[in-house]
Amino acid sequence: MNGESLWSIFVNAALVNNFVLAYFLGICPFLGVSAKLETAVRMGGAVMFVMLVSSVCAYGINLVLLAIGAPFLKLISFIVVIASTVQLVEMFIKKTSPTLFRALGIFLPLITTNCAILGLALFQTNKGYDFGQAIVYALGAGAGFALALILMAGVREKLELASMPNAVQGTAVALLVAGILSLAFMGFAGLGA
Amino acid sequence: MPLPDLPPTTPTDEFVKGLWRENPVFVQVLGMCPVLAVSNSAVNALAMGLATTFVMLMSNLLVSSLRNFIPKQVRIASYILIIATFVTIVDYVIAAISLELYNALGAFISLIVVNCLILGRAEAFASKHGIGMAALDALGMGIGFTVALLCLGGVREILGSGSLFGVALFPEAFQPWVVMILPGGGFFTLAGWLLLINYLKERREAASVMLQETPE
Repeated sequence: MNGESLWSIFVNAALVNNFVLAYFLGICPFLGVSAKLETAVRMGGAVMFVMLVSSVCAYGINLVLLAIGAPFLKLISFIVVIASTVQLVEMFIKKTSPTLFRALGIFLPLITTNCAILGLALFQTNKGYDFGQAIVYALGAGAGFALALILMAGVREKLELASMPNAVQGTAVALLVAGILSLAFMGFAGLGA
Repeated sequence: MPLPDLPPTTPTDEFVKGLWRENPVFVQVLGMCPVLAVSNSAVNALAMGLATTFVMLMSNLLVSSLRNFIPKQVRIASYILIIATFVTIVDYVIAAISLELYNALGAFISLIVVNCLILGRAEAFASKHGIGMAALDALGMGIGFTVALLCLGGVREILGSGSLFGVALFPEAFQPWVVMILPGGGFFTLAGWLLLINYLKERREAASVMLQETPE
């Protein structure tokens, strides 16, 4: 068990150890979906939701695996559960709210290969969080991911209008912006202590 | 970036393409998370590169030999299961060899599972080619990935801690540029390498255009 307070877990996951800018998790969607502000907001929301669901599932699986004494199955069962959770969420949203389903589009299935989700499940078991802490951790990580994605999209929308040499355009300039954002987030160090 | 299906080529070509022309990091920009996260020292970068190469080689071999038995509808799930199995093996092997390295790489060994590069090679190459070709492809891509990781890890370690593979390079008075081993430095170093490669490519293209425009 881990004695951290819920508030410090949230601040740590969202700002100090931001999943994207400090742990480098979920870089692919971070670079891929951050070209437009609107899609970035939707993607952030979808990831937050899946993180919450899979965090709860991972907590349950970990208990079961510990009970039957098979921790080596952790990775395999986590990835299978995340993939099926995403599939389930997709089916559920499709049935209950077709509008939201259309709005999320291709981003929903792509969340399976987002390493931030698997990373979250692994970190929370490594840190030994209890149920409440795990949920707060998932919320914080999701909020941090959404924040980084939205900040990045805001900057990149402005960058479209800037003139720059050909060699810099595309991924290179996105990485430079990400580096500067990451430096800015270092200013949060010590907040959640 | 999806790759176009290239026509069948020679075995050497399949091996060499991963090293430069389709380098997974510098050209395809795949598998970024481990690239940025563990390249803060050359040793970590090398270990990560080798682990990824092993997983890619084994999963490519298995996917390629099972390619006629896996139903189309469940292929992605099967590939992920195959990859997760080998990653679990690597995870335990690294923990057995060096606990220090295991702690330095942390959760990123487990996260090889979601490295899109490996799944990408299984789906785009191994599921359509024979075992030999799939092995060559995985080896080429793996070595390309390792070299790219070393390029990043080397630069970051030299600038950020003033050493390479743990051996100090500079006299005592050297002030390490600590930002380079922190997260921000990872982004900047990769951006720097991409800039260099884009610049070289652009210059070569410009040169070939010049040649075409001035027929002798």
